[in-house]
Amino acid sequence: MRDSSGATVTGMSAPAATATYLTGWGRTAPTAARLLRPGSYEQAVEAVRAAGADRARGGRGVIARGLGRAYGDAAQNAGGAVLDMTGLDRVHEIDAVNGVVTCDAGVSLHRLMEVLLPLGWFVPVTPGTRYVTVGGAIGADIHGKNHHVAGSFARHVRALELLTGDGETRLVTPEAEPELFRATAGGMGLTGVILAATVQLLPVETSLMSVDTERATDLDDLMARLSATDHRYRYSVAWIDLLARGAATGRAVLTRGDHAPLDALPARARATPLTFRPARLPAAPRFLPDGLLTPTTVGLFNELWYRKAPREQRGRLQKLSAFFHPLDAVPDWNRIYGRGGFVQYQFVVGHGQEETLRGIVTTLSRRGCPSFLAVLKQFGEGDPGWLSFPRPGWTLALDIPASMPGLGPLLDELDERVAAAGGRIYLAKDARLRPETLAPMYPRLPDFRALRERYDPGGVIASDLARRLGLQR
Amino acid sequence: MKDAFGAPQSLLILGGGSEIALATARRLVARRTRTVVLAGRPSPGLDAAAEQLRGLGAAVTTIGFDALDPASHEDVLGKVFAEGDIDTVLLAFGVLGDQARDEREPGAAVTVAATNYTGAVSAALVCGAALRRQGHGSLVVLSSVAGERARRSNFVYGSSKAGLDAFALGLGDALRPDGVHVLVVRPGFVRTRMTAGLAEPPFTTTPDAVARAIETGLRRRARLLWVPAPLRYVMSALRHLPHPLFRRLPV
Ligand SMILES: Cc1cc2nc3c(=O)[nH]c(=O)nc-3n(C[C@H](O)[C@H](O)[C@H](O)COP(=O)(O)OP(=O)(O)OC[C@H]3O[C@@H](n4cnc5c(N)ncnc54)[C@H](O)[C@@H]3O)c2cc1C
Ligand SMILES: NC(=O)c1ccc[n+]([C@@H]2O[C@H](COP(=O)([O-])OP(=O)(O)OC[C@H]3O[C@@H](n4cnc5c(N)ncnc54)[C@H](OP(=O)(O)O)[C@@H]3O)[C@@H](O)[C@H]2O)c1
Repeated sequence: MRDSSGATVTGMSAPAATATYLTGWGRTAPTAARLLRPGSYEQAVEAVRAAGADRARGGRGVIARGLGRAYGDAAQNAGGAVLDMTGLDRVHEIDAVNGVVTCDAGVSLHRLMEVLLPLGWFVPVTPGTRYVTVGGAIGADIHGKNHHVAGSFARHVRALELLTGDGETRLVTPEAEPELFRATAGGMGLTGVILAATVQLLPVETSLMSVDTERATDLDDLMARLSATDHRYRYSVAWIDLLARGAATGRAVLTRGDHAPLDALPARARATPLTFRPARLPAAPRFLPDGLLTPTTVGLFNELWYRKAPREQRGRLQKLSAFFHPLDAVPDWNRIYGRGGFVQYQFVVGHGQEETLRGIVTTLSRRGCPSFLAVLKQFGEGDPGWLSFPRPGWTLALDIPASMPGLGPLLDELDERVAAAGGRIYLAKDARLRPETLAPMYPRLPDFRALRERYDPGGVIASDLARRLGLQR
Repeated sequence: MKDAFGAPQSLLILGGGSEIALATARRLVARRTRTVVLAGRPSPGLDAAAEQLRGLGAAVTTIGFDALDPASHEDVLGKVFAEGDIDTVLLAFGVLGDQARDEREPGAAVTVAATNYTGAVSAALVCGAALRRQGHGSLVVLSSVAGERARRSNFVYGSSKAGLDAFALGLGDALRPDGVHVLVVRPGFVRTRMTAGLAEPPFTTTPDAVARAIETGLRRRARLLWVPAPLRYVMSALRHLPHPLFRRLPV
């Protein structure tokens, strides 16, 4: 039931593709679509035009899909076509002097790191996994641990090529096409298919990170530490133990750091400072029983993990992959949640809304959500995308098994609190928000809708997320 | 679209006045459902059901639908799907019949069969095709434990449910590759107007219990479930009971 595994159609001339079940990373709400894998821009154009003709006859349109790391239904299109963009995977041009790369939208950040690190460049923003595509990074306008200094991914995009629902390809830059650019950054693929992008990179001297670790005893201690010293770090994130209760509610481990400069490396490592060899463990088994993750087992894990973290440690050298993408070491780790899958809940509330954050953390910990380490981070300046998620304040993200009793109503209630505090939910993680709650969270929604109407009057670009949230006719 | 917990945003009920269906609709409206279409024979009961669901905040429409007129199904139900996606269809219509009369008057027995089986086959195929075009959606079919092994006391009804049950399970296999989920529900004796006045056997249950089971079944994408759940084992034992014994059971 998972994405492309074994079911990908190579080449558009293959006989009518049969339906393939697709889900997001959380493995909930599977729907069936025709999965097509264009190997060239021409094939992508052909696919969108065919979807347009089909749509006019009552068909269900088309959406782009990257590596399927969005948790919910963003890269699904029930009954319609889904373009698996990973077939468009060429890196076209690297300007190694100025640090600019132009590549196909299906190229993964993992691949970019392999290619760019030896040249002394790094992606401007990386999420908690390297296995996302450039198209997905723009579509969700992803943020990383450096959001408070660098903003989201789209801030570093100089240009992109967009294939809109009318079958035309447009060169979109923030200057020449500000509206289309802002709608596409964070637009969840709904303005069209991104074919290629030009991205500004970050110079690095080594492929190691210099990391400071400290423990926070509770949520207030944690927020105080983040507020006081985040500005000293390029990268900052805290892992919270949501199962800790009482006085320990919100206890956390902060890991913050920056790319290690060359002179921080031990002498023997200085000859090859830019090697990139992330470790990969065996994949999680295909079939795992449901109910593996209970408050007891998860609580035990969280406890061990908190105890294991040093109370305070400065300047430890760590591999890039270990610092940014610890979960990538176990391929298909999402299977540990069993058949029922899981949801990720991520919201942001502004500075000054600490009370809301505190309330939500307390509720979650009281309810005993069997949630592995949740992540808390401080966002910096908001981003230009109309539907971009980040805004200055606090963002919390946590995974919860979908089978947890009463989870649906619980999250609905949290939505209300987030919305009332002027906050919002991250669409790339969402699989359950209601359309009524979306509107107050994203005030630029009317502009987004109007732009879609302009560039895609036939509603050719369509997704399950768009249908669920009423962004689709 | 359904959310991560299988809760539908839109619901079509065939047999819109059914008590079990209404209990299910109430639950689903309390979660996510905003659009409800009640299809049934026009009656004050149908209108009252619509009013009740509106009171809970749903946008409800009623349409005339007669299970005994399969020739009209394509047209009547086609219009519903043309209005927009239906995330869940609940096939709830059915008649119990009157066993003694059905044995005396073949025409009456045929009405039971034509409603519960033929009519359901037609409506389920029409809805199944529409869901397949959508690439998603659930079809929930109210079967009955009475279909598992037809008894002396209600074999006309039982046989119609046996046929429906087998058909729906097969339809589920046929639609699965195209994204459609079929859930067959086998309730035991449920306290509704259909069974009003009848003696209550053990394991008697309520419309709300059936509704709760359906909500869970949607979340888990279950293929088959019994309400209450232990009936599964009771029925399994009953199915394997030697016939001379089975015949003499007091039910
Ligand atoms: C372990 C893990 C950690 C994560 N950590 C973070 C994090 O720290 N910060 C963060 O921001 N996100 C994070 N994410 C979410 C992830 O970064 C985003 O969901 C990202 O969009 C996934 O990219 P993808 O290539 O897999 O795209 P998909 O999941 O396939 O698609 C995501 C969206 O992008 C659109 N899209 C994909 N390709 C294109 C294209 N070529 N043209 C137009 N639209 C396209 C799709 O239509 C869809 O709406 C994390 C996810 C996981 C699994
Ligand atoms: N109650 C139980 O013990 C029990 C047990 C197992 C299974 N079931 C099944 O569950 C389903 C719902 O039953 P219920 O208990 O909710 O009974 P109910 O309230 O009597 O509902 C049955 C519904 O079917 C409708 N119907 C009958 N013939 C129809 C036709 N030709 N066209 C359209 N609609 C028609 C009825 O509408 P009208 O008002 O127009 O007659 C009524 O709304 C039935 O399929 C039943 O067989 C019930």
